[in-house]
Amino acid sequence: MTTTHDQIATIAPDTIENTGRRTFLEAGIAAGAGLLLGLRIGPAPAADTDDHAGTAPAAAAPFAPNAFVRIGTDDTVTVIVKHLEMGQGTFTGLPTLVAEELDAAWDQIRAEGAPADATRYNNLLWGSAQGTGGSTALANSFEQLRKAGAAARRMLVTAAAQRWQVPATEIQVKDGVVSHRAGHRAPFGELAEAAAKLTVPTEVRLKDPAQFKLIGKPGLHRTDGPSKTDGSALFTQDVHLPGLLTALVVHPPRFGARVKRIHDTEARAIPGVERIAGIPSGVAIIARDFWTARRAQDALRVDWDETDAMTEGTAEILARYRELAKSPGAIARQDGDVDAALAGAAQVIEAEYSVPFLAHAAMEPMNCVIEPTDQGIRVWNGEQFQTGDQAALAKVFELAPEQVEIRMLFAGGSFGRRANPASDYLIEAAHCYQALRARLPVKLQWTREDDMRAGWYRPLYLHRIRAGIDPKGRPVGWDQRIVGQSIIAGTAFEPMMIKNGVDQTSVEGAANLPYSIAHFRLDLHSPRLPVPVQWWRSVGSSHTAFAGECMIDELATAAGQDPVAYRLRLLKNHPRHLAVLKLAAEKAGWGQPLPKGRGRGVAVHESFGTTVAQVAEVTVRKGGQFRVDRVVIAVDCGLAVNPDVIHAQMEGGMGFGLSAALLGEIRIEHGAVIQSNFHDYQVLRIDRMPEVEVHIVPSAQPPTGVGEPATPVIAPAVANALFAVTGQRLRSLPLRLSP
Amino acid sequence: MLTLRINGTEHQLDLDPAMPLLWAIREHVGLTGTKYGCGMAQCGACTVFLNGAPVRSCSTPVSVAAGGEVVTIEGLVQGLGASALGKVGQAVRTAWLELDVVQCGFCQSGQILAATALLAENPDPTDAQIDAAMSGNLCRCATYTRIRAAIRRAADALV
Ligand code: FES
Ligand code: FES
Repeated sequence: MTTTHDQIATIAPDTIENTGRRTFLEAGIAAGAGLLLGLRIGPAPAADTDDHAGTAPAAAAPFAPNAFVRIGTDDTVTVIVKHLEMGQGTFTGLPTLVAEELDAAWDQIRAEGAPADATRYNNLLWGSAQGTGGSTALANSFEQLRKAGAAARRMLVTAAAQRWQVPATEIQVKDGVVSHRAGHRAPFGELAEAAAKLTVPTEVRLKDPAQFKLIGKPGLHRTDGPSKTDGSALFTQDVHLPGLLTALVVHPPRFGARVKRIHDTEARAIPGVERIAGIPSGVAIIARDFWTARRAQDALRVDWDETDAMTEGTAEILARYRELAKSPGAIARQDGDVDAALAGAAQVIEAEYSVPFLAHAAMEPMNCVIEPTDQGIRVWNGEQFQTGDQAALAKVFELAPEQVEIRMLFAGGSFGRRANPASDYLIEAAHCYQALRARLPVKLQWTREDDMRAGWYRPLYLHRIRAGIDPKGRPVGWDQRIVGQSIIAGTAFEPMMIKNGVDQTSVEGAANLPYSIAHFRLDLHSPRLPVPVQWWRSVGSSHTAFAGECMIDELATAAGQDPVAYRLRLLKNHPRHLAVLKLAAEKAGWGQPLPKGRGRGVAVHESFGTTVAQVAEVTVRKGGQFRVDRVVIAVDCGLAVNPDVIHAQMEGGMGFGLSAALLGEIRIEHGAVIQSNFHDYQVLRIDRMPEVEVHIVPSAQPPTGVGEPATPVIAPAVANALFAVTGQRLRSLPLRLSP
Repeated sequence: MLTLRINGTEHQLDLDPAMPLLWAIREHVGLTGTKYGCGMAQCGACTVFLNGAPVRSCSTPVSVAAGGEVVTIEGLVQGLGASALGKVGQAVRTAWLELDVVQCGFCQSGQILAATALLAENPDPTDAQIDAAMSGNLCRCATYTRIRAAIRRAADALV
């Protein structure tokens, strides 16, 4: 198609320089077990060491297994972080664990992304797979990284004891300095080489939490703050390699349509366009830069074969789901005899809740770089699911998984999108690379329009709930039916996460409704649609919290009781729920009068082991306009490792949920997505961000995640607040008051 | 040939005059702190200063910027730009670091430039003025409460 391949293919594809020559100490820990090993002296890995905090070392580098800590002779302590930094703070949280046990000074800590290698960097809560999600990063690393830090500390102490000829027990470590009362003193860097020659201890003692100097303390600034405020942080969008070409893909306008004919004469004539070719997901345009590819995209015409294209839209899907909701689905949970309980109830309340398709709309549109190497390929990506993506790409390229090297870069947001169970955009990038037929690196860059329209949404769900109360207002029966696509069906997760026909991610947050109700039934329909769907920040809870927390509010109203008091009475067996609910209510001034037109609403929900309560305060104006003025959040996430990161995730996670509650909706008509960019897929802007207050419940329990749990709570809190002011029950998102 | 003056350095570039300034900066000058987020002046991730005023570089043809003075995040944090801007920019960045505003960070170059433009024009903005000035800059991580607080802090530091 183009005549320039020979010429461009002569550019050396692999020019990543190895500039690292520092001696270092590595300490590592076996997954879940005691210390394995991880001590060696040698050059830094064959990665670029040009200070991109998000750049991972090469998989082929001579690392010892299970390495998490590297101490340089220059006194820097580099923590190898196995999880993706996508904003949630893992490049700060995980290093905190190492620094604490190592007794390092916070300002000598650096964070570096780990390579794709599940033998060392698997997520301990995911078995043998490496990846980030489900708010697990800190929880699964809590012991592992503390042990890694403790082992490194012990070796530095031993090295010092040998050098100074004093008992190791008399040695102190503080702020990155090892010392002895006889006047000896050495910063870590001075001892790194000697420590690296020692055997790794087989057992280490971890600190008593009372001794913590960093964990739980304020004032630890984010490790990624400097590079994210001076333009130097490296995202996939920023990768530049010699010979790099940019690929855009024209996706079908309707789900299920296929390329019939490509009219590319005009597009090909544009100088700098290297190749135009059909690939399984559309038409790839590969050009010397983004703008050239964009112009070619405008010049290109594609005829689509729409024989198998989707014909339904949001309205038809909702109508079909309503029909389906009339018949029983697969049982997710059943206690007692709900039919009898409802038949005997003093009052039965029935309601239908629905939520739309949602795009993740991360600030950085999806992208991925594929680069040829001598061993196979190298992937540059805001990499969230190493093991799945490595396997998927190995299949496309007919390589062994270890021949697929992955550099985990910072992700400009993800909200679940970059952990795609089908590795969608990575495979698309691979197809673009293959279509080029030249050994040159290719960057697939989705436009914002692709990001909105080419799929992978939070599914649309419909809930129907019937609940009965006794004469005293207490709930006696709860019958809930959920209808919506399964995220898991057809993925590698199916054997683990679909049980008896029930996708656990469709019912999480509903199947474990915490309120004491003797007779309970939850069932599920998982209809199939051609719309590609996947997890979206907080997954099932993103809809189950809305339905459940609005319905319990409706019951409180039917019972004539205060929404907070009503919940508290039904949560006797859930101390964490009780604690956050009481704390949020107290701090929000629950029960204190508000001026006319203003009101409060409450919701409490547990997801990923973390419990969050929120009280939203709203002002309603004439004509149905309203504003969320203030949100008070209480959270129990176990031991608070980085209080400020927790605050940030509560603020931002709530804001992300509020965006969906107020504005978010992907609408489909005749198989095509209507929205295309931020002008018609509105997201929360600063002028609608409420004041936020965060309160952390003190806890000594093991830490749980905070990236997601604030997100699902805000929609029901706001809906309940709007009811308190207007008497209108809003049962579908986004929330729109009638004038 | 176009002459682009970016952060005080001149670049001679042979580009389509209609190419948005954003892509010239990112892919032809090699400064990647300025981000592509929407390409249609909706998100603010691509904000740069052109002759001292903030512009959406995704919607500004490179030919319009030719001969002008462009300052990006990389230049701003080094104190470049018209002297007043440089000073304000550094105060803004300091406040951003002190309050740990960033999450994913992708929007933050644009946020810092927009905040600098606001404070250069209005050294003591009210909350409503902050919201109005910053509402063109999306943050999907919703770091908005900290953006407000950091702008107030930078304003205090500049008095
Ligand atoms: S990329 Fe320019 S405003 Fe969004
Ligand atoms: S920090 Fe992530 S979009 Fe603003």
